[in-house]
Amino acid sequence: MAATQLVLERLGIEIIATEQSCCGQMHINSGYPKLAKPLVDQVEKNFANCDYIVAPSASCIGSLREHEDRPALVAKCFDLSEFLVDILKVTDLGAEFKHRVTFHTTCHSLRVAKLGNKPQQLLNAVKGIEVVELPAADSCCGFGGTFSVKNSDVSGAMLEDKLSNISSTHSEFVVSADNSCLMHIGGGLQRKGGKIEVLHLAEVLASRG
Amino acid sequence: MAKGYSGVSLPFPTLAKEALKDTQLRTNLARATTTIRDKRARVVGEVTDWEELRQAGHDIKMASLSNLSAHLTKFESEFTAAGGTVHWARNSKEACEIVARIAKENNIQEVIKVKSLTTDEINLNEYLATQGIVAKETDLAELIVQLADEHPSHILVPAIHKNRDQIRDLFVDKLAEAPAGLTNSPRELAMTARAHLRKKFLTSRMAVSGANFAIAESGTLCVVESEGNGRMCLTLPEILVSVVGVEKILPTWEDLGVFLQLLPRSSTGERMNPYTSFWTGKGDGPKSRHVILLDNGRVQTLADEQGREALACIRCSACMNVCPVYERTGGHSYSSVYPGPIGAIITPQLLGEGEAKTLPFASTLCGACYEVCPVKINIPRILVYLRGKENSANASLTEKIVMRLAALSLTSKGLKVLGTAIRTFSPVISSRPAQKIAHYLPVAKKWSAFRDIPKTRLTRKVRKP
Repeated sequence: MAATQLVLERLGIEIIATEQSCCGQMHINSGYPKLAKPLVDQVEKNFANCDYIVAPSASCIGSLREHEDRPALVAKCFDLSEFLVDILKVTDLGAEFKHRVTFHTTCHSLRVAKLGNKPQQLLNAVKGIEVVELPAADSCCGFGGTFSVKNSDVSGAMLEDKLSNISSTHSEFVVSADNSCLMHIGGGLQRKGGKIEVLHLAEVLASRG
Repeated sequence: MAKGYSGVSLPFPTLAKEALKDTQLRTNLARATTTIRDKRARVVGEVTDWEELRQAGHDIKMASLSNLSAHLTKFESEFTAAGGTVHWARNSKEACEIVARIAKENNIQEVIKVKSLTTDEINLNEYLATQGIVAKETDLAELIVQLADEHPSHILVPAIHKNRDQIRDLFVDKLAEAPAGLTNSPRELAMTARAHLRKKFLTSRMAVSGANFAIAESGTLCVVESEGNGRMCLTLPEILVSVVGVEKILPTWEDLGVFLQLLPRSSTGERMNPYTSFWTGKGDGPKSRHVILLDNGRVQTLADEQGREALACIRCSACMNVCPVYERTGGHSYSSVYPGPIGAIITPQLLGEGEAKTLPFASTLCGACYEVCPVKINIPRILVYLRGKENSANASLTEKIVMRLAALSLTSKGLKVLGTAIRTFSPVISSRPAQKIAHYLPVAKKWSAFRDIPKTRLTRKVRKP
């Protein structure tokens, strides 16, 4: 959040300090749509006065966009990468990050929010960065919200494969556009005790040498 | 399948846990699904209007389903007028009894079979066995699975869980035609099966098939296949009985054109499949032709506005080939003739409330299945819908309370409290003693089995701002 705020403020965007609220995705995807409804209502209400709702999470944005019955809300939801590349038309944010990183393309950024290669465009414009391609980058890390608990063993097996692909890149950081995947991957990396850390794309974009 | 398809089966997470221990299975599956996946991507990439074709496939299927009874009646009258016999079956039992009755009336003790998911769905082979009738599978992979006394684990590649060495050993053990010194070469294995099957094709008097499509306007059935065993079964015997789900109806031949482009590319990754057979009533080939139009849960699925899209499935298997869950667990964990993402939405709906209830949860909702589905079935949407249906009926009280509390803590007010709490307690929650304790707590231990509780990212300072 702080990094996203910093990136946007540097570009002269006025951030309305509105009350935050959850997009309701966890409840929707877990099969509790009625519990999600008040949360989505709240998003709509809290952000009524804003021109854009920008979130550093393709997954949350993708979920919000599925509310076809709320066209006004859908029209102003943007993932950070989309907002920067499509609306503000910038890719070089003057960021500097002198590290070797690999990028995990999250399922929802690719197939739900359909960000294409926008996050990579932003990442490649960062000064000093070395981006190493992650093998099977578009395959799911196994998080899946409550899936990680309800089907813990399958989730663990998927994570194991993701972690070995990550370590094969010999990167210092795994960067991604979704915190939920990063929590899962980060937890796995921490368990393994290696030196690789997770980092949100916004944190890289906010870095200055 | 017999095992589990009746609904008496272990939950998906339990079966998946067992399957994950089988490292040979995981290796076989990863290799096979990656190969098919790449082949599919290559041939789909050649079609410039693929997205339009998918949309056309979706629209034709949905329109056909919305007027199903008229198309079925048309099919019945055309097939009958051409000299065939149409039977209707409400469920597995009725369909199986009709097949057995036709066999008995003609004094038949052995039938040869074309690969058919619908006959697997109704457990036809097992039922015929109880009636003293042997059902012989003639598709190579179905034969392998039958010889091993197992069930298919994939709808297109039933023996995907086996590698060549395992198949060689099986043939040496079970087939009299296996030559001395049989190796694991695909050609040698196929020739052994061929020698075994050829006798069956030439002597059997009755065949049982399914159908990929049933064309209403002319009362024609269609089977699409690769090996030619289907063509043998559909032409050589005297009697042919086809068990066809009512959703297989297409109104016209023009509609079929769309699917003959979509299906082979999505399933075997071929531009066109080697054998496409059509038959209508009587003509060359079998003198007596029967079709059994099967409901078995399809009508109740059709009645559900949110779930009916699942009936558009053309059984190509592209969804399971790209599914990261299927790739690791294999098909048997789904306890259904229909595994993978499509199985997770079809099986619970065909079986009805209270059955196969863990299947809609067997997905991370990664969306890979929807992306490749040739008829654009929004599988993630239906999975989520079925989760909701299942929760309303059967969620545990604990889960309901937890989800309600979570909903409260995620409101604007709740988030303030939650944020402060996480910032305050994060060092404690992610400390080493806490990580250890988590292994013993319900729910938390499911997380902690594979991952640490990560140091919260809310407390992380922005790097070098």
